[in-house]
Amino acid sequence: MTNSIGEIVNTDAMFVIGSNTTENHPVIATKMKQAVRRGAKLIVADPRRIELADYADVYLQLKPGTNIALLNSMMNVILEKGLYDKKFIEEKCENFEELVKVVKEYTPERAAEICGVKAEDIIKAATIYGEAEKAGIYYTMGITQHTTGTNGVMSVSNLALLCGNVGKESAGVNPLRGQNNVQGACDMGGLPGDLPGYQKVFKPEVIEKFEKAWNTKLSSKVGLTIPEIMDGAADGSIKFLYIMGENPMVSDPDINHVKHALENVDFLVVQDIFMTETAEFADVILPAASFAEKDGTFSNTERRVQRVRKAIDPVGESKPDWKIIMELMNYLGYSKKYLHPSDIMDEIASVTPSYAGISYDRLEDGGIQWPCLDKDHSGTKYLHKGNIARGKGLFMPSDYAESAETPDREYPYLLTTGRILYHYHTRTMTGKVDGINKLAPSSYVEINEETANRLGISDGDRVRIASRRGEIETTAKITEIIDDGVLFMPFHFADGAANYLTNPARDPIAKISELKVAAVKIEKVC
Amino acid sequence: MNIIINGIQYEVEKGITILEACRKAGIDIPTLCHDDRLEPSSSCRMCLVEIEGSKKLVTSCSTLVKENMVVYTHSARVMEARKEVLDLLVSNHPMECLTCAKSGKCKLQDYCYEYGITEASYKGARRKPKIDTSNPFYDYDASKCILCGLCIRVCDELQGTSAIGFENRGFDVVVTTPFNEGLVNSKCVSCGNCVSVCPVGALTPKKQTYRHWETKKVRTTCSYCGVGCQMDLVVKENRVVGVEPANVVPNDGLLCVKGKFAYKFINHPDRLKTPLIKRNGKFEEASWDEAYRYIRRKVNEIKEENGPDAFAGLTSARCTNEENYLFQKLFRAVIGTNNVDHCARL
Ligand code: SF4
Ligand code: SF4
Ligand code: SF4
Repeated sequence: MTNSIGEIVNTDAMFVIGSNTTENHPVIATKMKQAVRRGAKLIVADPRRIELADYADVYLQLKPGTNIALLNSMMNVILEKGLYDKKFIEEKCENFEELVKVVKEYTPERAAEICGVKAEDIIKAATIYGEAEKAGIYYTMGITQHTTGTNGVMSVSNLALLCGNVGKESAGVNPLRGQNNVQGACDMGGLPGDLPGYQKVFKPEVIEKFEKAWNTKLSSKVGLTIPEIMDGAADGSIKFLYIMGENPMVSDPDINHVKHALENVDFLVVQDIFMTETAEFADVILPAASFAEKDGTFSNTERRVQRVRKAIDPVGESKPDWKIIMELMNYLGYSKKYLHPSDIMDEIASVTPSYAGISYDRLEDGGIQWPCLDKDHSGTKYLHKGNIARGKGLFMPSDYAESAETPDREYPYLLTTGRILYHYHTRTMTGKVDGINKLAPSSYVEINEETANRLGISDGDRVRIASRRGEIETTAKITEIIDDGVLFMPFHFADGAANYLTNPARDPIAKISELKVAAVKIEKVC
Repeated sequence: MNIIINGIQYEVEKGITILEACRKAGIDIPTLCHDDRLEPSSSCRMCLVEIEGSKKLVTSCSTLVKENMVVYTHSARVMEARKEVLDLLVSNHPMECLTCAKSGKCKLQDYCYEYGITEASYKGARRKPKIDTSNPFYDYDASKCILCGLCIRVCDELQGTSAIGFENRGFDVVVTTPFNEGLVNSKCVSCGNCVSVCPVGALTPKKQTYRHWETKKVRTTCSYCGVGCQMDLVVKENRVVGVEPANVVPNDGLLCVKGKFAYKFINHPDRLKTPLIKRNGKFEEASWDEAYRYIRRKVNEIKEENGPDAFAGLTSARCTNEENYLFQKLFRAVIGTNNVDHCARL
């Protein structure tokens, strides 16, 4: 997030797109509803009539995969009505002419056709966003999990720049990060092309810096992303795979392919707190301690580095992950020892400019939002204040393109996937809680009533769903919140797992898979 | 602006309430229905104070300070009035402190102790117990409810769900869901934010297995989603037995169902407790030393034969920063490849 969670209550308008905030970021959604009570306007765009839609001034039930057409059209209206921030664009942005050229083609009427919404609603949404003094955009995987995900993100940023909503309190471009520490895992260099602090592995000066700090030789070749790693394991070029705290056998697209990869890889190490669908394939399983059994820090979606504190001793012989990795490094001949995670944080601060001022003694009374450049820096509530980080805000317009797979004769329905409130990711943790299983016991598919009637499916029926990649059985849930022809499945459940069906086709830049759109067929199980 | 509280002059900001002014001055005023995050409801009347020149006692939570106001927070009249409030509450409250889960952390109990209320002076009909146990995580016991309204206001004003309200009139008022359909069938999303604010034992987590004085609390960060809510783990004898929200940024005292109630995986019997090595298709328990040696042998073999780019690691968005840092360092600095990624795209 460019801005902070606490700023939401004071915003004038919110545009929530591709985020079912009430279920995926519940406490952020409470702030949004509080803002509505204080008079803020709310625009919601989502293929499902999610709970936030009940609070919205405009709700756009767009077809999955059409975000860019909608965003371009909103910009079209904003330009047409003169609601853009001329001064901000003149002083702080580049490539405006190009944007004008591209979005000119996206009249509300044309976008309405593509997105399956009303033109007047697009105009209304654009007017609300354009007229607001401070407006924030909030999005998640509904924007990113497409073959056009990167362009979707750019389009969101174009809209924010167009109205001068960057570098301003209670505004901004706010991707809500899903997992507790996905922000931190990225910050710490858990990416194939990035060392900690997004320092690029292909830059010689970066490699030189880290070789010195770590006293070793480093590779400057950009590594493989997860889908490429899975491909490598499947084709035999990856021989050794080490998976810490992940469960791709449920969470990754095209599970049949993942299964083949895990079966094929020579040596698989899995480190987790429970036996998982993925760990079943391991050669060695290392038992890790849970968050309650260790010290450390998580970085939340607003870049706030917060303490995790040890409350109880590790269960059984399990060990905190940091200890396991350190001991393994020691076994492999790298002799550095850390007595406590705070020592690791000190090392992080010494090589990561955005974390340079962070140390455990400063985190005692609440977290610090990075960038935190030195010991006296109090952290950063919102980014790009005064000036945009890269110098100028760059408009990166793009055209709408269809999803990789669209419904056809053989696979006539569009399947989209996501999370629900009660479960977390692959249920490794929430699946162990009785009350949760009572409220959300098993896999299901949401089907519009008309679709169901045509297919002779009733609520609670068992149905078989197939895509080009796999087939599963699950239970039908008839609902009004989804459009005719569109199906929704939560991906949490290993039994009746949605990811047997999903499309691994990737965005060429971010390498993210198109988990939000797959063509499927569905029939009642007799 | 100047005001005088209990004979001492204080300088206070304009526009704040007497309650806020007193708290800033370090003077404790009892409240049952007050919460800084909510609009004042002035219903419990525990926060009454005396103001010079005013005949009636006023509720300090909803009365703004005025220039040169003279306030008495613990005068005889005030103390009498508060005792009367407590007496009325206790008269309609089952005195089950010996077995009540809330004992030790109950505001009614604390104030009765402070104001010396030992027994109810109004004897007569009591409300009949009406217990809603339909929610899988918490119960509502109407006989212990003091009708402070905190749960309803939190659910409405902060949580934004508005699942519950008062029903009936006068003596029989209870907190309930629309049409009395039971919590589990209502709009309730089991966030437990009502449970966390209930000052007495009316809303309590199911099957609580501890008394408050046996526990310690450890402040930490929720391990589920990226909001990063701050919470206190309630610990008894090396087990996590509950979770309380922390009233600080970013969550300001709220949690969702996962943070509040989905903690029982921690001490679940299925946790992995020793390293496991697969031999002939079956997992066998192993020591850490065996596991590390086995991995070392494989690393050396594969590195020798295929070079470092035959290695890949998936680090974890579930682990700490320190662990992610070490994991990528293991792959980059020790093994020698940049093939490290995590599920940021899921
Ligand atoms: S658990 Fe949450 S949603 Fe349910 S009644 Fe309580 S505050 Fe409202
Ligand atoms: S249940 Fe608790 S919080 Fe709700 S009105 Fe009764 S005493 Fe107050
Ligand atoms: S309590 Fe809920 S909203 Fe808060 S961090 Fe945990 S999962 Fe997210």
